[in-house]
Amino acid sequence: MTVRSSGTQPINIEQDVVLARQTARKLATECGMRLIDLTKMVTAVSELARNTMVYGGGGDMDWQILDEDHKVGLRLTFRDEGPGIADIKLAMTDGWTSGSGMGLGLTGAKRLVEEFELDTEPGKGTRITITRWT
Amino acid sequence: MAALQNSTLDAMKNKQAQLLGEWINGLQTSGASRNLKDHDLQQQTSEFLQLIVSGLENDNGNNVNAPGWEETRQFLEKLSHSRAQLGQDSQQTASFIFALKGPLFSLLQNHYREQPALLAEQLWEVSELLDAFGLHTIRTFQKSREAVIKRQQEELLELSTPVVKLWDGVLALPMIGTLDSQRTQVVMESLLQRIVDTGSEIAIIDITGVPTVDTLVAQHLLKTVTAIRLMGADCIISGVRPQIAQTIVHLGLDLQGVVTKANLADALKLALTRLGISLGKAV
Amino acid sequence: MERIPILQMGKFLLVTIQVDMHDQLALTLQDDLSERISTTSARGVLIDISALDMVDSFIGRMISTISGLSKIMDAETMLVGMQPAVAITLVELGLTLPGVSTALNVERGMKLLQERVNRQ
Repeated sequence: MTVRSSGTQPINIEQDVVLARQTARKLATECGMRLIDLTKMVTAVSELARNTMVYGGGGDMDWQILDEDHKVGLRLTFRDEGPGIADIKLAMTDGWTSGSGMGLGLTGAKRLVEEFELDTEPGKGTRITITRWT
Repeated sequence: MAALQNSTLDAMKNKQAQLLGEWINGLQTSGASRNLKDHDLQQQTSEFLQLIVSGLENDNGNNVNAPGWEETRQFLEKLSHSRAQLGQDSQQTASFIFALKGPLFSLLQNHYREQPALLAEQLWEVSELLDAFGLHTIRTFQKSREAVIKRQQEELLELSTPVVKLWDGVLALPMIGTLDSQRTQVVMESLLQRIVDTGSEIAIIDITGVPTVDTLVAQHLLKTVTAIRLMGADCIISGVRPQIAQTIVHLGLDLQGVVTKANLADALKLALTRLGISLGKAV
Repeated sequence: MERIPILQMGKFLLVTIQVDMHDQLALTLQDDLSERISTTSARGVLIDISALDMVDSFIGRMISTISGLSKIMDAETMLVGMQPAVAITLVELGLTLPGVSTALNVERGMKLLQERVNRQ
């Protein structure tokens, strides 16, 4: 597996979430992703970028286009130095159904991608990596 | 394992034209280059030889997975890919590399005429290297073909589930065979797209041809129905045999208000009623 | 400040979302709509999302909120033109927008809204 290209951009203000979506769309198109997979990816990016901004206190989105055998993959990592997620189970539920508004809807985002990795600890920030292959 | 001698490399560099000529000859005689244009063949053989020579010059050894051979690997991957597209089989593609052995061996035999021990050693080195590249090419070729097969399977899936227009505003999707995740996705997408394209308000999903309905299948169906409703159309499921109805009740599946009919005709009647269409006999 | 325009068509309001909205723009639309419903005594709100190729949970919540708000003000919300890829993604996300009426396009949506208003 090789990294064809990579980059990073900050996610600190609202406009950055829009920019993150646009970058994801551009990259997914470059990978040759089908429309439905592209839409799922961009939507997941929107969710995770917003979380990074709102709950993580701002952070960055790193991206990589990967080549493996004959598939092309898009991998995005959302990282922040925020408070970290104390209750992962709660975080996986949707904010609007958990009532307290603490759910981050991560399960939903997880269903939209092929690979999902969550790395977090209270006080140590959060890192979420998502990947989709063509 | 001793490395390739510098004199071997020099011999290869000096006799490049001769090597290429004999190599191309060999390929043409064996028929391995049948569908290729002469120009492409010349370019490919010359490029590969260059890559081998420079790779050896940079002391990359016989491990073809080493980073130093990256360029050569990429060249071979591109080659495999294009040959696969041309419909060549893996034997023809690997022959491309193995056919170089003959000319190279002759060259070395000439060069090391006075040194049989060294000749044997150098022949072995060269052979090992080309074998490794040959194997790499075959492996890459296989993966290429697998990707082609996968794509063809997807296209077959789309074809095997045609969406039919039964009336203005009524589409039908006869599902046949088992409903797995991938199949349902492909089918969902084409149905939804047809709904938008035709502006049809009602989609009838007929499951007469589906042998069993378990929780997973029901989930897939329900996801489809939800998506259809979100878009502003509605769905009727037809072909629900008594056994399937029983299974649904037993599993406690919630159909969320989706109407089901035993057969397509009943579903069509219902759809037409909903659209306010009544049919009468010509008098 | 950037705003999404709201058109009045008789007793109904029509909103066509064509831009990739940032969160504040969505919230502003919510506020603008509730105000317009009130000042015009609109009986229906038609939201056209046929140009949107992505709807995430924030926009989904906005739509649900607008639907709830308008009901309280005796208006009905109709969401039209959802693209297939968006519908599939929303279902996968678990966002089913309960209580929000939907139609395939503006024409159908208007017709439905009219029928419902006439029935009352």
